[in-house]
Amino acid sequence: MSTATASATGAVHVMNKRALTLYGLGAAVGLVLFGFLSPGGTASFRLSSSGDAIQLPLLTVPVAAAGWIIAVLLIAGAAYAFWSEKSARRLAGWVPAVFALLFVIGILIWLVGSSRASAISLLSLLTGSLALALPMVYGSLGGVLAERSGVVNIAIEGQLLLGAFAAALGGSLSGSVVGAMVSAAIGGVAVSSLLTLFAVKYRVNQIIVGVVLNVFVSGLTGFLFGTLFSNNSGLNSPPRLPSVAIPGLSEIPILGPLLFDQTALGYLMFVAVGVLWFGLYKTRWGLRVRAVGEHPKAADTVGINVNRTRVLNVLLGGAVAGLGGSFYTLVSVSQFSRDMTAGTGFIALAALIFGRWNPIGAFFASLLFGFATNLQYVLSQAGTDVPSQFLAMLPYVITIFAVAGLVGASRAPAASGQPYVKG
Amino acid sequence: MKLELKGITKAFGGFVANDSIDLVVDEGKVHTLLGENGAGKSTLMNVLYGLYEPTEGEILVDGKPVHFRGPGDAMAAGIGMVHQHFMLVPVFTVAENVALGDERTKGAGILDLEKTRKAIREISDQYGFHVDPDALVEDLPVGVQQRVEIIKALVRKADLLILDEPTAVLTPKETDELMDIIRQLKGDGTSIIFISHKLREVKAISDEITVIRRGKVVGTADPSADAMELASLMVGRSVDLSLGRQHSDGTDVALEIRDLTVIDSLGVPTLDHVSLDVRKGEILAVAGVQGNGQTELVEAVMGLTDHTTGSIRLDGVELLGRSTKQIVNSGVGYVPEDRSTDGVIGDFTIADNLILNRYDRHPVARGGSLQPAFIAENAEAKIGEFDIRTQSALHTASQLSGGNQQKVVLAREFSRELNLFIASQPTRGVDVGSIEFLHRRILAERDKDVPVIVVSTELDEVAELGDRIAVLFHGKVMGIVPGNTSRDVLGLMMAGSTAEEALAEADAARLATTENDEPQLPGGIA
Repeated sequence: MSTATASATGAVHVMNKRALTLYGLGAAVGLVLFGFLSPGGTASFRLSSSGDAIQLPLLTVPVAAAGWIIAVLLIAGAAYAFWSEKSARRLAGWVPAVFALLFVIGILIWLVGSSRASAISLLSLLTGSLALALPMVYGSLGGVLAERSGVVNIAIEGQLLLGAFAAALGGSLSGSVVGAMVSAAIGGVAVSSLLTLFAVKYRVNQIIVGVVLNVFVSGLTGFLFGTLFSNNSGLNSPPRLPSVAIPGLSEIPILGPLLFDQTALGYLMFVAVGVLWFGLYKTRWGLRVRAVGEHPKAADTVGINVNRTRVLNVLLGGAVAGLGGSFYTLVSVSQFSRDMTAGTGFIALAALIFGRWNPIGAFFASLLFGFATNLQYVLSQAGTDVPSQFLAMLPYVITIFAVAGLVGASRAPAASGQPYVKG
Repeated sequence: MKLELKGITKAFGGFVANDSIDLVVDEGKVHTLLGENGAGKSTLMNVLYGLYEPTEGEILVDGKPVHFRGPGDAMAAGIGMVHQHFMLVPVFTVAENVALGDERTKGAGILDLEKTRKAIREISDQYGFHVDPDALVEDLPVGVQQRVEIIKALVRKADLLILDEPTAVLTPKETDELMDIIRQLKGDGTSIIFISHKLREVKAISDEITVIRRGKVVGTADPSADAMELASLMVGRSVDLSLGRQHSDGTDVALEIRDLTVIDSLGVPTLDHVSLDVRKGEILAVAGVQGNGQTELVEAVMGLTDHTTGSIRLDGVELLGRSTKQIVNSGVGYVPEDRSTDGVIGDFTIADNLILNRYDRHPVARGGSLQPAFIAENAEAKIGEFDIRTQSALHTASQLSGGNQQKVVLAREFSRELNLFIASQPTRGVDVGSIEFLHRRILAERDKDVPVIVVSTELDEVAELGDRIAVLFHGKVMGIVPGNTSRDVLGLMMAGSTAEEALAEADAARLATTENDEPQLPGGIA
């Protein structure tokens, strides 16, 4: 999309306006909602829970003043984006991130200010966000692994779901959490192996295979849930994965309970993000994987087996995503239920794009989406005049804005989605 | 290394790309494979490099038979290849590209790029390459990218280097530098297989020449052989491609481009305040090395670029800011540079491809539905008129050869009255016979008093067609010179000299040397 303006001199200027529209819209919403339609009063955030050793005072923000400040900052951001476009400069990478963060903080203050509760616990808001983001992080890491090697993985949702199912079944049969987690990884790999069979070996359109696999897994687990897991067969009662607080570190206000009181899956997530980032950008394996995803023929001509690299990566990605699925049945609820992943895999797909196909980017994007999802839960509990349907839309609205507009010219691996044929 | 190919045959289904080819390359010699596009040179090299399995025949390295299952085996045997389309990952640095597949590690698979950088600097210093190991490949000029490819082969200790059409993307100056590099490599004992269809270079660099036509070796020649003779051997008939055309000064100015500036997605101007006039009945040839703004110039006129400022007036009407469809409807005919993706729709029939620019109007369509009878008639007429070699108008465009696809594009664009005709790389990848036909049709359009822009990276084509020649360098017009300007001057301008500087420098060079150049061959084969 572009627009042309004719100036007095007769010269013509053609500009790209997609991104500008979204920045402008964001700033306009900010101005009207946070500024003119501010509920006024104050918004209070609790920073400590009652059992904490160190108690922090209540954080109280004047809603109207904060709203105006944020609106002005958003307008400044939009103006900067407009100026960059006008002078044809590349927008710095932090601009969309800061813009999105400001917008979310604005919404948070506005919603809390207009709610009926006196104070919202910031800690439970954040820990809840992290918990909701966890399977999403695993899912988007699985997606990063596949797409960096050039295979589009739409089947993240199916991998999470089969992982959740396999964790329930494997955990019930073996009675151990390790058995459950291994089963979950195998479940993800099973979905991946079908994806590689069709997408890499038979070169079927990868989007179609991915979508079909999601429907297939949903149907399969639904069927097995109705037959295998019915009548209290004892197959749907996996053990729970306990939280392990790290002594000392978990006492730090806010950060302690947030970061250092996790389940094994939580700690493993931080390790996985770091290890995958290092692996992709600092090792021989990563260099080869990225080359295969960018220019498979170049990789082939220096003796790298393109299709084997892709198959291994998609399988590894499946294991990671499947492991993430075990969160549902081992941590969040202790039994499997039909379609319990509820679209998280698709949001994970958006997170990996918003995170620019980078493990660390995907991690932070997942956190943003997890935060938006949790915000609606917390606020509907706190009681607010905003209809719950609108709150439920929040994560999806943020997803669309983030992926469509604020990302800008983010570059997918050049060969992503294209099967490789020799010669 | 001494390399022997014995009876190499490579068939794809029923199509034989290589038919029992014998070839011997001696140590420290430059052996040239001469042949037209599609003669089977690249297939042969892909067999040698392990990318294809030969259907029959064997490969001997220093007298011992070898069997390559992949490029890795070929590299291990000391064979390196610089592909026509570079095998470099654009978003990687030079060091990462060189390391790929042959990585030095600190153990545990952790990359040690410092060792690779050191190896690159050593080779770079030895041959005077001036390559920065930390530069991103996509930011480098093609000439430097080519050196990165050569470094890739040398780091792997190649004793035999295959150069597949290495000069196709280079300026004349870069070509000279490449020739020096080849001589240096040869001096160090490296064997070279040089693939080209440009006789001038072939005669300058080769020790031996093998000519290939339609997958077969049709003869060998000495570098001292007459250029005309080599050309006939390559094409299979006597060649006389000079069009005997008349020069034209044109009449009124039809197209005025003023201060046209295009800025790419990285904020870099790819076209920088370009001003040009094109008169009715003249051909303005736009010369320059690939990637110096030609693509953007043509796309800006066609309304295909963002971030564009300036003015493009056709017969006094501003085109900039209008949609591509409006521009096409105002009588602009366009031959895109990438024929297979932008020129024809490969899966559509030839008949349908011939009406793409007027599918929605009388007589092709009536009341919102296509008129099959007219489309069929039109196809038969155009196939005859433009000598499109096909068995049926209902074959898909992708079944045609490059030259015949281009005839379809030209037939379509010429099927209505034009006020401007733009042809971008009209004969790239087209066989010699079709080149002549395409050139004549473009000249015929000019003679109908239509203003014509021809963009080409081939100096011969530019000189052959241009009544005036504009040279682009880094998005700027280096000057507009008459059609009969010498190659030396054009070459200097393509490397960034202005017209005045280039003329002065060429004069100085002419005084310094009294030797005469080889007689020039027209039509893109010299």
